[in-house]
Amino acid sequence: MSRIIINRRRLLTAAGVAASALPLAGCDALDGMLSSGETVRDAMAKANGLTYRVQRFLIGADSLAKEFPESEIRQGQRPNGSTDPTDATYITLRDAGFAGYRLDVGGLVDRPLRLSLDELRNMPSRTQITRHDCVEGWSCIAKWTGVPLAAVLDEAGVKSEARYVVFRCFDTMNLGLSGEVTYYESIDMLDARHPQTILAYGLNGEPLPVANGAPLRLRVERKLGYKMAKYVRSIEVASDLARYGQGNGGFWEDLGYDWYAGI
Amino acid sequence: MATAIDKQRRDTHLQRTTIRRHGLMTRVTHWTWAVALFFLVLSGLQIFNAHPSLYIGEQSGFAFDNSVLSIRAVRRADGSAEGLTMLFGRSIDTTGLLGVSGPEDSRAYQAFPAWLTVPSYHDLATGRVVHFFFAWLFAATFLSWFAASLVNGHLRGDILPTFSDIRGLPGSFVEHVRFRFHHGRSYNGLQKISYAIVLLVLFPLMILTGLAMSPGMNAAVPWLTEIFGGRQTARTIHFAAMLLLVGFFAIHIFMVFAAGPINEMRSMVTGRYRIDREAAERGSER
Repeated sequence: MSRIIINRRRLLTAAGVAASALPLAGCDALDGMLSSGETVRDAMAKANGLTYRVQRFLIGADSLAKEFPESEIRQGQRPNGSTDPTDATYITLRDAGFAGYRLDVGGLVDRPLRLSLDELRNMPSRTQITRHDCVEGWSCIAKWTGVPLAAVLDEAGVKSEARYVVFRCFDTMNLGLSGEVTYYESIDMLDARHPQTILAYGLNGEPLPVANGAPLRLRVERKLGYKMAKYVRSIEVASDLARYGQGNGGFWEDLGYDWYAGI
Repeated sequence: MATAIDKQRRDTHLQRTTIRRHGLMTRVTHWTWAVALFFLVLSGLQIFNAHPSLYIGEQSGFAFDNSVLSIRAVRRADGSAEGLTMLFGRSIDTTGLLGVSGPEDSRAYQAFPAWLTVPSYHDLATGRVVHFFFAWLFAATFLSWFAASLVNGHLRGDILPTFSDIRGLPGSFVEHVRFRFHHGRSYNGLQKISYAIVLLVLFPLMILTGLAMSPGMNAAVPWLTEIFGGRQTARTIHFAAMLLLVGFFAIHIFMVFAAGPINEMRSMVTGRYRIDREAAERGSER
């Protein structure tokens, strides 16, 4: 029986050669191709478009995100991103208990609205216990109460050319050298009219705390957390996203994150 | 003189016993997976670094403890930074590799070091772009391979261990430990089991636990997350399966070098593989 018998020296050499290849692994040689605006990064980002189309195909327009029993609320909702906006307008409103807060609803609508918190609370409401999935990887289960966005849109009357709903917020994000940018987000009409898409004013049975986006924040339960704008100041119905921010549909999207955010 | 002729005969014979071992599908999928997994692991560690903790259940415990692994940087009493890895409640000092890494004068405070992430600097958005691009490539390759292997008999004939493969496992194991390798066309029992676990268990598990973390997929197929015991458990399994694949990779590379890197490499590039004379004489062996 012919066998190849390997001596110890050859074995150690083999192991050595194999092991020496490993540290090459994550060298920074690839960094240049992956910075924003580079062809390779842009080409790879096209896979996000595929994800969007496949998920839209697989996920029914009205299929619901899982809702949990009360017993699953085991902790407060973890605040993330802006937790205490310092913008003067916001502080004035906050210190008055948001009595002067008005949600502006405008853009491609028949009847622009200015809604107080009381008016929003008097509209139809929905309460849902859902899992918040952050793009960073963590999850947290909480109970959200708010008015379905569809009800607000119906009240305003959406024009036929409308495709997106854009949320403008109070909180200013510091981008260091690039200056300051006010948070904004956008979703399309399909998500805007989803039954679980609400403008939330309540969290775990209490008024929405400042750390979680008081007085009003968006919940889009089939998306990652960054889609769910906090400190919502106004809503604009639009036909395209080009004229908002850098045109990618949201604060994080302008920094290279995917707009669809379903995975 | 006689020995020289013998040697020549033997050499001629050896040359003749080079066979076609790996089909085109095997070779193409092998190298596609190799490239895809390289980027998936490194971009995956970039994503992990954004929240370097793993939990059991649906949610991440901030007010309670359901964590199984966390990697962070803590300050020691003397002011220096320590990389602290918590695994199942046990703390391990991993300074230099996990938690705190990089040169002494410019320490990086991140879970996995820069040389193990793509990009090397902290950039979750780009890590996700790279990860999902290669995830699609990986999954598409897997589905093509699985469908083709089912149809052409590769799965049944070459990968799935037979009864006698299972019976021969102890013997096969002993031969591997003694670094005695048979070079025939077919895989031995230990190879079959390893490849079957990687291809038929870990690969699908990777894809499914990845999808189970998607809030979009959760709405379409809620049971997918539930069978894994919640989104955070799915994330933990995704990570653990990655470690198993990295472990397989290390042994795989080691074995290639131990069994004859030129022959093994050639067979996976060109398909041609030199087999033992006795295996060639058996001829019919698959």
